[in-house]
Amino acid sequence: MIVFDGVEKRFGDTVVLSDLSFTVAPAEHVTLIGPSGSGKTTILRLLMCLDSVTRGTIRVAGQELTGDEKRSRQVRRRIGMVFQQFNLFPNMTVRGNLIEAPTRVLGLSKDEANARAVELLDLVGLREKIDEHPSRLSGGQQQRVAIARALAMRPDVLLLDEVTSALDPELVAGVLALLRDIGETTDITILCVTHEMGFARDFSHRVMMFDGGRVIEDAPPERLFTAPEQPRTQEFLKAVLGR
Amino acid sequence: MFDNLGLIVSRLSEGLSTTVIAAVGGIALTVVLSLVAGLGMLSPVAVLRGISRTYVEFFRGTSEIVQLFWIFFALPALTGFQIVPLAAAILVLALNHGAYGGEIVRGAVQSVPRAQYEGALALSLSSRDRMLRVILPQALVEMLPPFNNLFIQLLKSTSLLSLVVVTEITFIANSLRAALPVSEQLTVYAVLLLMYLVLSLLITAGMRWLERRAAARLGRTRATPRINSRLHKEQAA
Ligand SMILES: Nc1ncnc2c1ncn2[C@@H]1O[C@H](COP(=O)(O)OP(=O)(O)OP(=O)(O)O)[C@@H](O)[C@H]1O
Ligand SMILES: [Mg+2]
Repeated sequence: MIVFDGVEKRFGDTVVLSDLSFTVAPAEHVTLIGPSGSGKTTILRLLMCLDSVTRGTIRVAGQELTGDEKRSRQVRRRIGMVFQQFNLFPNMTVRGNLIEAPTRVLGLSKDEANARAVELLDLVGLREKIDEHPSRLSGGQQQRVAIARALAMRPDVLLLDEVTSALDPELVAGVLALLRDIGETTDITILCVTHEMGFARDFSHRVMMFDGGRVIEDAPPERLFTAPEQPRTQEFLKAVLGR
Repeated sequence: MFDNLGLIVSRLSEGLSTTVIAAVGGIALTVVLSLVAGLGMLSPVAVLRGISRTYVEFFRGTSEIVQLFWIFFALPALTGFQIVPLAAAILVLALNHGAYGGEIVRGAVQSVPRAQYEGALALSLSSRDRMLRVILPQALVEMLPPFNNLFIQLLKSTSLLSLVVVTEITFIANSLRAALPVSEQLTVYAVLLLMYLVLSLLITAGMRWLERRAAARLGRTRATPRINSRLHKEQAA
């Protein structure tokens, strides 16, 4: 589904990713972990065509991301992204946020988009908030709306960038439960950056550890969390797990 | 001293409609020019950026009175074509204030967080929808207070039209001065000042109303939304 082949990304003189290659199979759940600044967000942004590579190729469902605007739009349609800071549109209600892209991009009728919105709000448990403004919701509720908004486009791929990092601790569990639910009930390919190691362990099929712009370890969570091979992975896990 | 108050008010009122038409027409055209110039300066097309920037710098950097004289005296001399004075007045007022307005629009659009733009991009919205549906509605809230100032300045600039013999209120006040005894001149100009004040208060009232509506559309209720919502969160936490 996703293929990175010899990808390099640099900002000016700073090389963020160098010669990065990996693949993600359809319906696979992959978690990216690694120290701050190791390039995890950059990978998701490249996939979403918010940035473009400086060398190498990325393919999504066989299509190469070329930086060409038309191609980028085609690829973006298949991918949903949820941001750390939600990025809901404050000038629209929850309903407006959910139906905007389905009506304008996918060409759904208002009624169809509305039905889809209601269905998704049921899924995220916020149906009664449909006519609220995002600013009236808690962070956790906003993030669940943002997840619903991404799902409203029926993406094949979902990118989650530290979606619980901006939340108060008591709100994290609700969002993670929702993601588990989505993971179990859909066959969306999910790429997820998180510091929630417990979640990463039972949600993902594979965990990739990043450091210095490369994948230094790539293993199923059972293995990577219990018996990491690389010293850097061991150190990192020790630091985040506090043991 | 106030013997002729009734007469003065009624004479000045005759110019009021001209002043209002010049101001309202000027404001309407200013809004259009501001949006065109502001969005033009943000365009990915270099030529559009260049044209917009040139327009803004030229009309911001040259004297309003001289621009007025140009359209009234130099243009007819050059082309033999004289536009209706009031229409010419509206055009000059708008060209001048639209240059300032362009900067207001540009600044407000740029003040919308980049994350909003990327959120819209991630949903595959077209560049047109991104601007019209997501960015501009949010920028609008930031534009309204500076536009309020700009519109009041435009209102006051309508008094310059007296210099090119448009019979608006300042022109009438000046002609009354010639006809009335010195003791009445105070009254004439006091009434004139009050008229501008009332008009500018009307503009402010209208703009405040728009501000409240725009803020409500963003789910904000107070005048200082950002600070308030942060306080709110801290109190709740
Ligand atoms: N637009 C940019 N211009 C310059 N440097 C950038 C830009 N975006 C990211 N970087 C740099 O790229 C590196 C990787 O950033 P990235 O955001 O991908 O890290 P991350 O792994 O997501 O970190 P974190 O865990 O803190 O979110 C950082 O050193 C950052 O400073
Ligand atoms: Mg990051």
